Amino acid sequence: MKDTFEPVIVCFCCQWCSYAAADLAGSMRLSYPTNVRIIRIPCTGRVDVKFLLSAIEDGADGVFISGCLLGDCHYRTGNYFATKRVAFVKNLLEKVGVNPDRVEMYYNSSAMGPQFAQTCRDFTDRIRKLGPGLRAVAPAPARNAVD
Amino acid sequence: MTKASQNLLGSAMVVGGGIAGVQAALDLADTGYFVYMVEKSEAIGGVMSALDKTFPTNDCSMCILSPKLVECGRHPNIEILTLTDVLEVAGEAGNFQVNLRQRARYVDMSKCIACGVCAEKCPRKVPNAYNEGLSQRKAAYVKYPQAVPLKYAIDKDHCIYFEKGKCRACEKFCPAGAINFEDRDMLFQLNVGSIILAPGFKPFDPKIFDTYNYAHYPNVITSMEFERILSPSGPSGGDLVRLSDSKAPERIAWLQCVGSRDMNHCDNSYCSAVCCMYAIKEAVIAKEHSHHPLDATIFYMDMRTSGKDFEKYYNRAKEEQGVRFVRSRVHSIEKAPGTENLLLRYTDESGSLLQEEYDLVVLSVGLETSPEVLELARRMDIQVNDGKFAATSPFAPVSTSRPGIFVCGAFQGPKDIPQSVMEASAAAAETAMLLSTVRGSAISKPEPPQEMDPGEVASPRIGVFVCHCGINIGSVVDVPAVKEYARTLPHVAYVEESLFTCSQDTQNRMKDAIRENSLNRIVVASCSPRTHEPLFQQTIQETGLNKYLFELANIRDQDSWVHHDFPEAATEKAKDLVRMAVAKVALQQPLEEVRLPITQSGLVIGGGVAGMEAALALAEQGYPVTLVEKKDVLGGHGRKLLTAWNGDPIAPYLDSLIQKVESHPKISIRTKSTLNEVTGFVGNFKTTLDVDGRSETVEHGVTILAVGAHSYKPSEYQYGKSDRIFLNLDMDRAIAERQDAVVKAQSAVFIQCVGSREPDRPYCSRVCCSHSIENAIRIKEINPEADVYVLYRDIRTYGLRENIYREAREKGILFIRFDLERKPQVELEGNSLRITVFDPILQQNVVLRLDILTLASAMETRDVEPLAKMFKVPLNPEGFFLEAHMKLRPVDFATEGVYVAGLAHWPKPTEECIAQAKAAASRAATVLTRDFIAAGGVAAFIQKDQCIGCRACLECCPFGAISYLEQEAKCEVNQALCKGCGTCAATCPSEAVSLLGFSHLQLYRQIDEALSA
Repeated sequence: MKDTFEPVIVCFCCQWCSYAAADLAGSMRLSYPTNVRIIRIPCTGRVDVKFLLSAIEDGADGVFISGCLLGDCHYRTGNYFATKRVAFVKNLLEKVGVNPDRVEMYYNSSAMGPQFAQTCRDFTDRIRKLGPGLRAVAPAPARNAVD
Repeated sequence: MTKASQNLLGSAMVVGGGIAGVQAALDLADTGYFVYMVEKSEAIGGVMSALDKTFPTNDCSMCILSPKLVECGRHPNIEILTLTDVLEVAGEAGNFQVNLRQRARYVDMSKCIACGVCAEKCPRKVPNAYNEGLSQRKAAYVKYPQAVPLKYAIDKDHCIYFEKGKCRACEKFCPAGAINFEDRDMLFQLNVGSIILAPGFKPFDPKIFDTYNYAHYPNVITSMEFERILSPSGPSGGDLVRLSDSKAPERIAWLQCVGSRDMNHCDNSYCSAVCCMYAIKEAVIAKEHSHHPLDATIFYMDMRTSGKDFEKYYNRAKEEQGVRFVRSRVHSIEKAPGTENLLLRYTDESGSLLQEEYDLVVLSVGLETSPEVLELARRMDIQVNDGKFAATSPFAPVSTSRPGIFVCGAFQGPKDIPQSVMEASAAAAETAMLLSTVRGSAISKPEPPQEMDPGEVASPRIGVFVCHCGINIGSVVDVPAVKEYARTLPHVAYVEESLFTCSQDTQNRMKDAIRENSLNRIVVASCSPRTHEPLFQQTIQETGLNKYLFELANIRDQDSWVHHDFPEAATEKAKDLVRMAVAKVALQQPLEEVRLPITQSGLVIGGGVAGMEAALALAEQGYPVTLVEKKDVLGGHGRKLLTAWNGDPIAPYLDSLIQKVESHPKISIRTKSTLNEVTGFVGNFKTTLDVDGRSETVEHGVTILAVGAHSYKPSEYQYGKSDRIFLNLDMDRAIAERQDAVVKAQSAVFIQCVGSREPDRPYCSRVCCSHSIENAIRIKEINPEADVYVLYRDIRTYGLRENIYREAREKGILFIRFDLERKPQVELEGNSLRITVFDPILQQNVVLRLDILTLASAMETRDVEPLAKMFKVPLNPEGFFLEAHMKLRPVDFATEGVYVAGLAHWPKPTEECIAQAKAAASRAATVLTRDFIAAGGVAAFIQKDQCIGCRACLECCPFGAISYLEQEAKCEVNQALCKGCGTCAATCPSEAVSLLGFSHLQLYRQIDEALSA
């Protein structure tokens, strides 16, 4: 482990709102930590419980989903599913001894560039305080993905 | 329509390649007409290409414009003619003969590869017009880095060879043999059915303002020069410095209305309509760019922020970003003794004379028509108005005085980009209405590219293109390092870096690279897939690659722009993003799109002016339309309006419009009708109407929402408590009927911003200043002895409306300004009215006794949520419909096949409603002319052998796209209904549902790659 812990964070952004908010943070030249890796998905409803678990298991120090504001989902209800799944995963993590704060659900509309940048800052800070996740315990298992 | 030629031609000419011309050309090309785009300079793009950011979204101007330019450049139905001037136009609507001259470029466009060697070797330096002369270019040059077409040119006026007969260094070094000194100007003729004029404007030259010393002081600059200074591709590389001494300014002042609202220094009596917003934008961006706290002050007369979201932008600038606003017209600019700084002398509202020192002064110059365009108008026999803009009627806002010739953009009148884009689409609609019977006759339908054999794409060979985006990425991320890293990734067979991957030459190189290296998957590391994915997908499609075999790594918006202070970490992140993209695309398989038929008809909701104009514009293009109106008559609020701003009466126009709509064989009218249910999607909507109590189902391919807005009923200023208090629409009627209250009034007062620009409605209702002034003038005309007052916060008579503001003042109407903090107090004493208002010039309260009071109340939408939900389109926080993009897609929704027009989009006057309605019809026609709608692509797919028939997917699908097959006990997806959200895929307990393009495997792999650094 390095002297200063720099967490690795995976973020799922829906392509309509939060991915646009992340773009807007860029066009506004806002600054946020470099720790977050964004994965674009059509809708936060696409985020399988297993994606969240898999990320934590494989060594992400934190994972968050950023979706449209509740009620504003481009597909009507996807972010409600995501909200429920994050709650489910938090519950599960707590039971297996992983701090549930490592997983979070956020909502950022496409106009909320500054808020998206703040989300990244806040979540990175939170994970920095929590320290390394499972990768400190065991090396990440290599997944052999084939067609 | 006046008589048109019997021999109609299915082609059109667009004169001017700015954003308006580009939009008009694209709409026409997409609806089956061939377009000649005539541009006087070396490349299209116009003024927008030179802007840094655009208000109110702060989008990078070039970023949003560039995809449209490239689309224009590659469209099979558009031919771009650069360096070309229109000489003469003969013929009539439907069949014009146009004589043109194309000036010599001295570079063979078919050979030029835009390598830039000619410019590098050219020894002659010339002021760079693209940078407003603030930097230098060579005599061999390209207009700007992202130019379309990206071809160099030789500036004959400055070329040493043309001056002295020797040099030809460019010719010697050009690796393509493209330099051609034998090139000559060419005269030729084209035949077209219609002409759209979009020649744009010229920024006002402030040299004649002797007291501003623009000609003498280097630190007095124009707003266009300041745009270039802010721009990353500008003379200082985007560093905010004054060019005279490279010093970073600490205090900048903007002076408004330079060359606008001014009859003393120039003849531009009109308001240029865009300068307030661009000055605020420049101030905000300058404060963001500055490395130290920057003092930004805007000196103005009235702040005119009446466009969509403009008032909020203004408030944010004032309250959050700390831009200072001073209401004053500055008298003179002098040099501060012993420095290069500048002294501004001005009087504030109370009359005190003040002086302030600034490092830099920006003159917010107005828009005017250039002498060349006026000469063009004369040659084409087009009438111009007092402001030297093309003369149009409010009821035919894009029709010039010559039938078959239309106008859009700043030559129609000073205006911003969204308005220009709307008019461009409206002008395209007018052309399409004129030429509908010959649609498709001048174009050849391109053969769809033959898709590669599945065997050729089975084993991934990935090409990675890393973009510098000028300096946007390259100044932060080590692009060569990212490129070299990409080379080491599995399946990567080719890597390349480029200055602008979105430019046309790089697109062509990408195609060559795919062919030469047998690439079958492409990753571009550049900007956002939201803006650029379609462009790159089209490029790879042209080589026969399935467009889904593509992935964008967003290393600009989500990397270099947000990590500019951490170049090393940003470079590492860029590598991660490229690795994630490469891993994902390697697993991607070609996706098939289903071709669905299109119901070639439209549904227009709302029977007001906008709805009727939209319906008529679609019907005249040959498409059946159902027009739905809630009330029992057509006409909407138009029935209550007396005149357009210029005094043209509404009633005759409205009567004639209703008559045309009611008698049109292609329009079915449903009055007393509302919507019950909407199903389907673009091309295939099915809407159930309640028609006066009975149910009717309409099938339609497109929908235009034009449901209008309403006057806010004030709860203040004693409204409703006296029959002497009116709203403006009631005042229209009172005046029309010559009611006693009006005829006998000795004293009349108008109060502006009633309900607008307040916390509950933080927006300007745009029409009320002009409307009140029209009525104030009418009252003054009925009784010249009457005292008429307008109590206002800012007078927002934008554009040529400024003339009625001047007329009102000349007629003796008095204007008293008030602040939100000190609103006028209205008191009722029996039947008489009394108003107390603080006059900021007299610095004391003024008491007015009056006979009639008119409240200019806000415009607001009513009960639009159900409609928004039915069509799955968004509303903004103020309750107006929110379009797909506020700048460049002003009538489209993100949901394809649904469009918006009129007041439900934003408050606007009649002529803008008409233009927007025609624009919506034009955009809708681009769908209706297609042969089919492509569905599928990113859609869910159920692998039946893994499905256990639990129906969890069916229950979570918000679109009813999944059905249960009883016999097989399995579920199935209807790809036409599936919108590709993937909720089902995440719900399925056995991963039997896959979202094509975002499969489980791909996402697991992206997670792994994100973590494997």
